[in-house]
Amino acid sequence: MNTSLGIAAITAVCLVTLTIGALGFRLSRTTTDFYVASRMVTPAWNASAIGGEYLSAASFLGVAGLIYSLGADMLWLPVGYTVGYLVLLLFVAAPLRRSGAYTIPDFAEARMESVTIRRLCSVLVLAIGWLYLLPQFKGAGLALHTVGGTPTWVGNLVVAVVVLINVVAGGMRSITLVQAVQYWIKVTAISVPAFVLLSWWLNHGQPTPQVAALEPGGGWALPLSGFGGVEHPVYAVYSALLALCFGTMGLPHVLVRFYTNPDGQSTRRTTLAVLALLGLFYVFPPLYGAFGRIYLPHLPAGTSPDSITLLLPTAVIPGGVGELLSAILAGGAFAALLSTASGLTICVAGVVDQDLVRGRLRRFTGNDARAVNGFRISAVAAVVVPFVLSLAARDIGLADTVGLAFAIAASTFCPLLVLGIWWRRLSTTGAVAGLITGGLLAMSAVLATVIGGIHGGWTGVLLAQPAAWTVPIAFLVTVLVSLATPSRIPKGTARTMVRLHTPENLVLDRAPR
Amino acid sequence: MPESPSQPPGPQKRVRITSPRTGAPRRGPVRPVTRDIEEQTRLGELYMATLIRAQWRLSVSVLASATMMIGGLPLLFLFVPATRTLNVGPIPLPWLILGVLIYPAVWLAARYYVRQSEQIERDFTELVARR
Repeated sequence: MNTSLGIAAITAVCLVTLTIGALGFRLSRTTTDFYVASRMVTPAWNASAIGGEYLSAASFLGVAGLIYSLGADMLWLPVGYTVGYLVLLLFVAAPLRRSGAYTIPDFAEARMESVTIRRLCSVLVLAIGWLYLLPQFKGAGLALHTVGGTPTWVGNLVVAVVVLINVVAGGMRSITLVQAVQYWIKVTAISVPAFVLLSWWLNHGQPTPQVAALEPGGGWALPLSGFGGVEHPVYAVYSALLALCFGTMGLPHVLVRFYTNPDGQSTRRTTLAVLALLGLFYVFPPLYGAFGRIYLPHLPAGTSPDSITLLLPTAVIPGGVGELLSAILAGGAFAALLSTASGLTICVAGVVDQDLVRGRLRRFTGNDARAVNGFRISAVAAVVVPFVLSLAARDIGLADTVGLAFAIAASTFCPLLVLGIWWRRLSTTGAVAGLITGGLLAMSAVLATVIGGIHGGWTGVLLAQPAAWTVPIAFLVTVLVSLATPSRIPKGTARTMVRLHTPENLVLDRAPR
Repeated sequence: MPESPSQPPGPQKRVRITSPRTGAPRRGPVRPVTRDIEEQTRLGELYMATLIRAQWRLSVSVLASATMMIGGLPLLFLFVPATRTLNVGPIPLPWLILGVLIYPAVWLAARYYVRQSEQIERDFTELVARR
């Protein structure tokens, strides 16, 4: 593979990201600027930015990799990533924007009137954020390794440094702009090579996908065939779908992005535009999985299936064209990782800042430090931890790791948000019980899968795809404990409901009492 | 200038008003429903409950249709195995549905929801502002 072209593409993406970030720096001044871009972002920009932030390494590389190695059932992943926004639109989008909170911990504290719940949510945001950052760093290592032959830690380091500079310098205003541009870079980078490959395939005999004789389960192209040794495929499909559909609303970096809308109605319209943008993007990754089976049925030894997207063009089209396309894809993959990692870093840093650093910083400096400095210190912590983890962690697929983060979000924040927004009888004790139960169950399943290795049989499947049982249990515990503790229903519930559900054009006193 | 027909001919007759028309119903100071909502009176609570219930029903019904549409697909593939191997042109049917067709369908469902829920809010605003 031509090293210089790929490296040039990756360098260009990093430089563009940093330049736009530096431009945004001149505009962002106050703490509010840093967190929510002063709420002046239009729905079209916001939708592009959400798309740009959401489409991560898992979408750009991981989906094609899983479709390549596990077949048609993995087509459900991009579907789930998209339908998650429909569920978010139906139950969360407008009320959450109207709540006026910046982050999930903010919402939890305002709705449940409890600092304990705030702390619990902060811990969960950290867990989900770090788990989600991990595959972004790994994907960077993979992309740079595939394109330039560097050791994988180099890519991890590059992403960590670029994200840190960007977040520390600009905050979210610059990030909003960066993210919106990133979406269009990503769509271009994944669609242009796909169209070239497609026309090549049409003009060169239209060969069919091939499957190596040794792989278990014959039907790679058939749904529910258990191809690649997946046991209990029907359960696995439903559980993964549940995690993705109900986990999206609980992803911290996605929710923060919704606060930049001016009001509830524009939040809904933004979400609608997001659905269109995601649908447009997700048409392409399955093509790479299928072309991989056609042109690269045997991966070179020691190559991760996640790199199939990057390997394809040079394998199919000889000469400069293939190398150019490969370089474009590498650039797009890097754009994907950078944007998701930036959004996650902002979010994790915001939580670390508000709940851990700011109070302590004030104690040390006697109120001399500006609030923004606390945010910058926190951003360093937000990046360093997953960077170290990415060097140490075992190899599991990019999209698999992301799926586990979705499962935790679905088992914890989903019940809190849905019941908090729609159910007046949710009590503080019930919410705490639900968060702890869902969080512990989902996280033990994740640890058993990641550290213990995936076991066979029903146990293995239940642990690898925990959402189907952890989400209903979390909901059930929250509801039952709430019904048992009616005295712990927050006193301001009725007022909060007014704020969450009334349209903004109605003149009302919405201040909490 | 011709005299308008409404004005009777002859000299204007003056009417002196000495007391209010007590026969007409008296109108007190206008009290908007928003006050009831702010002060959480029984009436205000009722209005809020109606709004939240209308939005909730809409959301649940759209989710239910989406669940039947999307969640039914694995069952379709499971119980009607012929659908797994069916081809539309060169593309297998499951790939066509999951890879392409499902996205516009989800978008249409979302657009339906956005329109309906904005309608609910318009109706609510009108209802509350009318008094």
